[in-house]
Amino acid sequence: MRKTVLSLAVAAVLALGAADSARAAGEIKLPPKDWSFDGVFGTFDPAALQRGLQVFKNVCSACHGLDFVAFRNLAALGYDDDQIKKIAADFQVQDGPNDQGEMFMRPAVPSDRWPSPFANEQAARVANGGALPPDLSLMAKARAGGPTYIYNLIGEGFVEPPAGVEVTPGKYYNKYFPGHMISMPPPLSEGVVEYADGTKATVPQMAEDVSTFLMWAAEPNLIARKRMGIKVILFLIVLTGLLYAVKRRVWSDVAH
Amino acid sequence: MAFQTKNPVIRWIEYRMPIFSFIDHSVGSGYPTPKNLNYWWNFGSLAGVALMIMIATGVLLAMQYTPHVDYAFRSVERIMRDVNYGWLIRYIHMNGASFFFIVVYIHIFRGLYYGSYKAPRELLWMLGLVILLLMMATAFMGYVLPWGQMSFWGATVITNLFSAIPVIGDSIVTWLWGGFSVANPTLNRFFALHYLLPFVILGVVVLHIWALHRFGSNNPLGIDVKGPQDTIPFAPYYTVKDYFGIGVFLIAFAVVIFYLPNYMGHTDNYIEANPLQTPPHIVPEWYFLPFYAMLRAITFNIGIPFTGVVLIEAKLGGVITMFGSILILFLLPWLDTSPVRSAKFRPLYKWFFWVLVADVVMLDYVGSQPPEGIWVPIGQVCTAYYFIHFLILMPLLGKLERPKPLPVSISEPVLKGSGPVGAAATAQPMEKA
Repeated sequence: MRKTVLSLAVAAVLALGAADSARAAGEIKLPPKDWSFDGVFGTFDPAALQRGLQVFKNVCSACHGLDFVAFRNLAALGYDDDQIKKIAADFQVQDGPNDQGEMFMRPAVPSDRWPSPFANEQAARVANGGALPPDLSLMAKARAGGPTYIYNLIGEGFVEPPAGVEVTPGKYYNKYFPGHMISMPPPLSEGVVEYADGTKATVPQMAEDVSTFLMWAAEPNLIARKRMGIKVILFLIVLTGLLYAVKRRVWSDVAH
Repeated sequence: MAFQTKNPVIRWIEYRMPIFSFIDHSVGSGYPTPKNLNYWWNFGSLAGVALMIMIATGVLLAMQYTPHVDYAFRSVERIMRDVNYGWLIRYIHMNGASFFFIVVYIHIFRGLYYGSYKAPRELLWMLGLVILLLMMATAFMGYVLPWGQMSFWGATVITNLFSAIPVIGDSIVTWLWGGFSVANPTLNRFFALHYLLPFVILGVVVLHIWALHRFGSNNPLGIDVKGPQDTIPFAPYYTVKDYFGIGVFLIAFAVVIFYLPNYMGHTDNYIEANPLQTPPHIVPEWYFLPFYAMLRAITFNIGIPFTGVVLIEAKLGGVITMFGSILILFLLPWLDTSPVRSAKFRPLYKWFFWVLVADVVMLDYVGSQPPEGIWVPIGQVCTAYYFIHFLILMPLLGKLERPKPLPVSISEPVLKGSGPVGAAATAQPMEKA
């Protein structure tokens, strides 16, 4: 039994290790970062989420969409219905056709999804020197390193290129971007956002807040998942313990 | 023991359709099982549980999923965000595939170690391999459904393999796609087949269990059951042991679902499929990596030396090698010439078994690496060894090896050294029955 458990553990480690190695190949090493949502009891800090929303709204959303997030979802950030209506009303969305058969613009309501900053891909490309700013709804799950990657990319990555590296016109050097030549200019600079809660808007602070916000946007059920996980696993441990006791009892009359 | 009950309803049904005695005979007290099975024998029932979990969650997901190139990715995100507990069901299904393969691979290696494929269980073994092939097809098509970048490009790479078939290859690929590239018709048929194949698997599982019941389970000693003193009834002994195993399995499964749900996935699959943009590094899921490594190991054309005549292009060679790696397992019962089943009594094979395990793990790792530099020769050596193991070592070992003496019966090693042979040891429930 002990030997079997040991072998099983080895098999599990091998399987997980193989999965891990599948992604490790040829990536730029990111400095590690601790997040409030890491670990078994990890959770989102609502204040950080609200600050992150502010950074996203004032900076990122000029070029990037957030297509999978509706204004109503912002309730998870600690806003009440009226605040959400107010945030939504700052945006114009296209609706229609009306009874005249015409499309029209109206202020967004909580059920609307976050409007895209550009009408279509071509409009986005022509406004950004040919580059397409990706939608950020899933960015924290769509890049190796997730929020740590986003934090390092926008918070620490824009540095002077090393000697001998020529930066293509219209591109910027970034330490953490694959290939290092990124079309996005450094988005954050000190004080570009004035935080409503008075926190000092340094570049690392803003990068951390917006990365937290994007992790929430990519995985809005993260907290529910982790909380349920504790209960499920504790239940299973008790159940399995009982099953083991029953197994011992049933097998007590078998010499084996 | 004939099935007996006092319950009038069950008796009424049983008289007209003997389903209760059938169940009792299949997985109940009427199924004699060797009494010395260790925990490696839990993985058969675990595979069954994994299949049930996959079918149940899959049916629920299908109610919310839209198999259209414009909506597939979006409908999956809708499941993750707006459907009640959709994230839970999808994470169970997504990671369930990995756990299904972990369980089945352990089940297969258990069969290799204890010689479960040998006479008279060859057909049982081959039906298991059919299940493995069906699982691979199902998993591959399921991975395409979320229509992420890895879905699309994985589908493109794997379906393109068929173009290696001489003459008709390109036509076959067009036929598989339902068009001239991986597109909406491809997604549609993959969804239809992904829903169908699990039920085909279920059917083959029934055959697998049918074949199993003909001679019963093999056991760690690899010797035949000599009589009722060697067996215990499946229920309650192995049912309760299986329940315990399921508990352990579910704990491991829950840890991944709730705390590492994307650990075994690829980040690129959270980017919607884009036919105009190839990801820098296309990798299949971990459970396909050993086969992927073998596919890529054949980097050379095979022809007649010094003439420049090419008989098998490198690509076709890779495809043959990849499919051959599983097809060769169908021949294993005849490639293995040793009359002894269990590796416990095979001093040489025992070691070669573990070398094979290491070889497959290495292939898994090689498959995850870009096909360049040192990984190419390492992959080639590992691939060659895989085939050498089955084609050369297995036939030779049976002839060269001197197996240790086999115990007389399953009961003998148990009773020896366990003190006086008491009532507990002799009065087995199976005997009483």
